[in-house]
Amino acid sequence: MHAVVVMILQRLALGVLTLFVVSLVIFGATELLPGDLASSLLGQSATPETVAALRRQMGLDQPAPVRYWAWLTGVLQGDFGVSLATRRPISDMLAARLGNTVFLALYAAAIAVPLSLILGVLAALWRNSLFDRIANAGALSAISFPEFFVAYILIFLLAQSGFFPSMVRLNPTMSLGDKLYVTFLPALTLTLVVTAHMMRMTRAAIINLMASPYIEMARLKGLSPLRIVLRHALPNALAPIINVIALNLAYLITGVVVVEVVFVYPGLGQLMVDSVSKRDIAVVQAIALIFASAYVLLNLTADVLSTLTNPRLMRRK
Amino acid sequence: MGVLIFLAAFIAVSIPLSWLFRAGLARSLPRHMASVARDMPLTAAFGLWVIALYVFVAIFAPLLAPFPERAVVGTQFQPWDSTHLLGTDRLGRDMLSRLLYGARNTVGIAFATTALAFVVGSLLGIWAALRGGWLDQGLSRFVDALMAIPSLIFSLLLLTIFGTTVLTLILVIAAVDATRVYRIARSVAQGVVVMDYIEAARLRGEGNWYLIRREILPNALAPLVAEFGLRFCFVFLTISSLSFLGLGIQPPTADWGSMVRDNATLITFGDVTPLLPAGAIALLTVAVNFVVDWQLYRASGLKEQG
Repeated sequence: MHAVVVMILQRLALGVLTLFVVSLVIFGATELLPGDLASSLLGQSATPETVAALRRQMGLDQPAPVRYWAWLTGVLQGDFGVSLATRRPISDMLAARLGNTVFLALYAAAIAVPLSLILGVLAALWRNSLFDRIANAGALSAISFPEFFVAYILIFLLAQSGFFPSMVRLNPTMSLGDKLYVTFLPALTLTLVVTAHMMRMTRAAIINLMASPYIEMARLKGLSPLRIVLRHALPNALAPIINVIALNLAYLITGVVVVEVVFVYPGLGQLMVDSVSKRDIAVVQAIALIFASAYVLLNLTADVLSTLTNPRLMRRK
Repeated sequence: MGVLIFLAAFIAVSIPLSWLFRAGLARSLPRHMASVARDMPLTAAFGLWVIALYVFVAIFAPLLAPFPERAVVGTQFQPWDSTHLLGTDRLGRDMLSRLLYGARNTVGIAFATTALAFVVGSLLGIWAALRGGWLDQGLSRFVDALMAIPSLIFSLLLLTIFGTTVLTLILVIAAVDATRVYRIARSVAQGVVVMDYIEAARLRGEGNWYLIRREILPNALAPLVAEFGLRFCFVFLTISSLSFLGLGIQPPTADWGSMVRDNATLITFGDVTPLLPAGAIALLTVAVNFVVDWQLYRASGLKEQG
């Protein structure tokens, strides 16, 4: 038990270090600009006085380490500063949207993870059958499609004939059932995009193991193929599967950006795209930090979980 | 339902076409290449002729297109008819012409970006593997830090800072992608630099640039070429997504991603036209993936046993 705690603490320390570096990169990226942000935002026609005023307003008259420290301590207390475009506190703008985005990502994950595990196990079980081939070809093409293509095909097939709404309007009084119904199309789009990859990896991980001697032994004992795959192969294939699931959940984070725009879903991704076109750097930095942190934390969790499923990885050192 | 029929028809037409294309290649190429062509799977043949078609359209777009790229030639959202084969867009520009010009703009920009990312990423990666020591450690840790941020999010951040023009788009995506190329190139080159012939060349007194160019690159090329195909798909999808979001290639340049965005309202009225540019993106990505799959299979040496 002791070794497990040490391992988790080590990974956590590494995760905190990564997060710190990520925050440095996100903050430091603005320093790459020739000149500074204020003059770049106002353009060439701006008078020196307005540039100086904006610079003071954004705190650009202070040295970078001081600004970074102020920003970081603010973020750790939940204060992201104010938006450059609307002058509103960023935390207020984020609060409701963060919940919406998490809801959409969890909804998609709740469909995609079981679905891809089942499809992957079946494809491995019936290897080289017609089902396997169709599933594989389907997966390869689904990976190649841009998200908005999948989204619009679904709108064309399901929304245009009136089964589901093509635009998501959320209000706080909605019941969970209504909410699930209204957000079904965006969730389905995300599901289709990530299922392919997870299914292929599940299949590959199981097939990889099927050639090993202990599986042969199980087969010679006369066990049914389903039992061999589920009880003998799957537990040992868990580590790569957990990794790919975490990777895809992390991918969901970036996938939501496009899907939210297609379905006019009031989430973080849409706000980020709006802010990029307005060049509202403060908001973009805040959202980038949230997305990047989620990404780092998911990878960290996957790392810990896959180590836990394989005791050999823990005893090695 | 119509979509399914169209899809079935498309597959039914493309199978004999791919077969003919493969047979034609096997017939016309010199002998040692003809056997490669004869052994290639139908999916790869399909991928190759689709890519050839895109290149052809990209080069000859001005000759093929019935109308100029940016001219308003009709009223807005005209349906399909004999003058405007695919109708007109939101501003009354001919859809077919813009679709053809899009091959040039979208694919061209994606290709330039991938090439740039590859030159920078693979040279740095090989250089790091060759020199080792603090340079390798420094570069690799720096790349690790950049890769901890999802690439689309990082691109969006950089685009906010530098503004959205085509040049910044190319540079930003290339920079973000170069980190991924660096990883691959470094790990491939690390397997090569420990070889005896590298040692021998070093003892001859050859410089780093000679080693990279004449000894390492030729031996690391096969995996890098397959990676180029995959990276191209990725860059192509990223640029299309950004253009779709209104942050990539800017109007009035004809571009598939922004064409979908501009005409998306038609979809809710049951018109498939806006799906065509999206389909054009998907088709090229599928084609490149098929060819890359075949190349990976060939490089892995599996064909020898089969």
